[in-house]
Amino acid sequence: MGGYILKRLLSAIPVLLGITIIVFAIMAMIPGDPATAILGSYATPDNVEKLNRDLGLDKPLLQRYFIWLGNMLQGDFGRSFSLNRPVLDEVVERFNATLVLAGTGFVLCSVLGILAGVVSAARQYGVADKIITFTVLIGISIPSFFLGMMIILLFAVNLRWLPVSGMYAIYGGGDLPDLLKHLVMPATALAVVATGVIARLSRSAMLEVLRQDFIRTARAKGVPERRVIMGHALRAAMVSILPVLGIQAGFVLSGAVYIEMVFQWPGVGRMLVDAILKRDILLLQGGVVLVAACYVLFNIAVDVAQALLDPRIKT
Amino acid sequence: MKSLDLTRRALIFAAITSLSLGGGDRPAAAQTPPGVLIVGQIAEPKSLDPAAVTAVNDFRILVNVYEGLVRYEPGTLEVAPALATDWAISEEGTEYTFTLREGVTFHDGTPFNAETVKFNFDRMLNEDHPYHDTGPFPLAFFFSAIAKTEVLDELTVKFTLNAPYAPFLSNLAYPTGLMVSPAAVEQHGADFGRNPAGTGPFTFVEWRSNEAVVIEKNPDYWGDPAGTEAVVFRPITDANTRVAEMLAGGIDMMVEVPPTALSRFQGDAFKVVEQAGPHLWFLILNAKEGPFADKRVRQAANYAINKRALVDDVLEGTAEIAAGPTPPAFAWAHNETLAPYPYDPERARALLDEAGIEEGTELTFYVTEGGSGMLDPIPMGTAIQADLNAVGFDVKIETYEWNTFLGEVNPGLEGKADMAEMAWMTNDPDTLPYLALRTEAWPSEGGFNSGYYSNEEVDRLLEEARVATDQEERARLYKRMQEIVQEDAPWVFVANWKQNAVTSDRVENFSLEPSFLLQLEGVVKN
Repeated sequence: MGGYILKRLLSAIPVLLGITIIVFAIMAMIPGDPATAILGSYATPDNVEKLNRDLGLDKPLLQRYFIWLGNMLQGDFGRSFSLNRPVLDEVVERFNATLVLAGTGFVLCSVLGILAGVVSAARQYGVADKIITFTVLIGISIPSFFLGMMIILLFAVNLRWLPVSGMYAIYGGGDLPDLLKHLVMPATALAVVATGVIARLSRSAMLEVLRQDFIRTARAKGVPERRVIMGHALRAAMVSILPVLGIQAGFVLSGAVYIEMVFQWPGVGRMLVDAILKRDILLLQGGVVLVAACYVLFNIAVDVAQALLDPRIKT
Repeated sequence: MKSLDLTRRALIFAAITSLSLGGGDRPAAAQTPPGVLIVGQIAEPKSLDPAAVTAVNDFRILVNVYEGLVRYEPGTLEVAPALATDWAISEEGTEYTFTLREGVTFHDGTPFNAETVKFNFDRMLNEDHPYHDTGPFPLAFFFSAIAKTEVLDELTVKFTLNAPYAPFLSNLAYPTGLMVSPAAVEQHGADFGRNPAGTGPFTFVEWRSNEAVVIEKNPDYWGDPAGTEAVVFRPITDANTRVAEMLAGGIDMMVEVPPTALSRFQGDAFKVVEQAGPHLWFLILNAKEGPFADKRVRQAANYAINKRALVDDVLEGTAEIAAGPTPPAFAWAHNETLAPYPYDPERARALLDEAGIEEGTELTFYVTEGGSGMLDPIPMGTAIQADLNAVGFDVKIETYEWNTFLGEVNPGLEGKADMAEMAWMTNDPDTLPYLALRTEAWPSEGGFNSGYYSNEEVDRLLEEARVATDQEERARLYKRMQEIVQEDAPWVFVANWKQNAVTSDRVENFSLEPSFLLQLEGVVKN
């Protein structure tokens, strides 16, 4: 097992190196440079050249790449020029915020989606099924940023129940209830589409299972309907629901970018968009590399867990 | 029936969550405390080191924490005393001697004196200065005329310029000239931008990344104490969210209200504040080649575009029609006798016929998606396209993201485009025409004259105005320059933006400055 983990970790190195090259190359190729972005109207060739020199961007491309890579290997991701602070500090802070939002969104959509799927399968063609199917259709069709603005208008502007934006209150906040209050709307808006997808798939997975013999047997034995559904059927259906949850986790994380914009959530998605617009090369490169490294590690962890659970997978 | 269920479900869900979170006992989730002014900003600041930043967004915080030797007289763009009480300019205009205010200390307790002034300018301009590496200082060229800075005594400092340079004083009033505490720079080095210390009416408290910058009343301020206990600047990059925060009471003031949102702030609960500033939105015309090489065609474009419709309908009244290259906010230098080109498509057609322009002549038009001072560039671009097509052109729009756009436009339009959108905000009437209308400001010479306009008399007037130290003489030269430029029409003069802000009815004594800076020391929050 130890050898397997080591092998997987070693195989991640070329992947990460490839990512650094791609990110670096893209940033080098897109038009516009940081000095022009900073100077705006005052970007005369002289000023741009001087500022690029001060920013260390006058060196040859290849040399810049190796300086960046070398520093990064020593844990120095450089300094963001648009935020004037170390890239690593900023990325870690922002990534935490995204994890809180995306994690909550993911739990919400998994629980609500499976629950809705189970209910509508159990009451197929009943009133509950029709309402859920209709709601799910709306949920899947509605763009999350639009939904975000609509719930802001309703719950923050008109009813004033919840704060409009941000992660913590400016005054007297910072504790868990405060965080939850700020989290309700963005997490809901983020979860809606995935909830719909999961609900639909859970419904069909459940319907398929409910038609099988062992369910009929369970019912014939006199097992209470609640236990038939939640115990026997759902457990069997989870086999086909789980992979969908895995895919939706990725969608929730990428969907967080829009939601972070609308709700001013200080997450990493918004950070990367700002970094592109401001041509903040080091921040963007460092951010993408760190996020990618997390994905790679997450995948390795999943593979390792699967190998632990399923002896058929060769280690 | 089904949509009713949906709404009810949503309501119940929200009611449950808000109750379970203890929100029930707070009628307004976002009531701000009295004495604390919460300002909705458009972005996270880059740094709180005035020498290191370029964005108006950052300046709005800085001018409340720092002061310069001089400042803009409230409500004008005239230079007035601040940390310097008085100054003398030598006959030939190359020596500026400032007498400094006595008894001023920085927020870190160190005294403000002539040595600190010298430190500030040497840090920006002298590459050998031990703290030059706390930069880069992108706008240091505002002071590139300074040959040396000398300490004459404790409270007297003298700048010697390498040549007469009339905008020097107004550049000193610009935020790049704000005075930082040398002791704080020495202590924090490159992190000074996150640990600022100035002499202003507010002291820095904390900067929570992506959440807020907090400043509070400076109890030891030399002037009138600030009207609020603290000011909180919140970065809210999305304009719609900023509007929602304002409506919900989460912020007390927001700047740069989108024109389409202004109608939501009518009524007693809000106050809308407006102020015209030194801003010009214009079209650069390629005078080197193609149809716009002919002056009559450039004039025709000025007649053909319905500027009234642009400022009233597209910009919802948040701008005024521009008459020439110098915005009216530069009251002393603006030529009031110039009337804007009227909207006259007939006249435009006649001029085009005279110039032999055929129906359906193609024009390539560079439009940006956004950018500093560009207002609503895509709707404005399409409206302009329609107006020009109406007089017989066939305008092709090419749209670029802002930084890419600058990368296309700044090197010049030759061989690529016939016209491009552009906007400038400046602090002196010298800046824009000097950098963008002179023959020596063609892109090949390192300037911004991307349309290759060239007029010897304009060149001469601008050179003379730059070295004249007498303001009346400068005014005369600029006014003459405006007449010629308007007649030559190297640009289509479109709009001067009126900056706006909204405050809640709990905010008093607030006004916007023509400099686009946000002076909050006198503001009261109930």
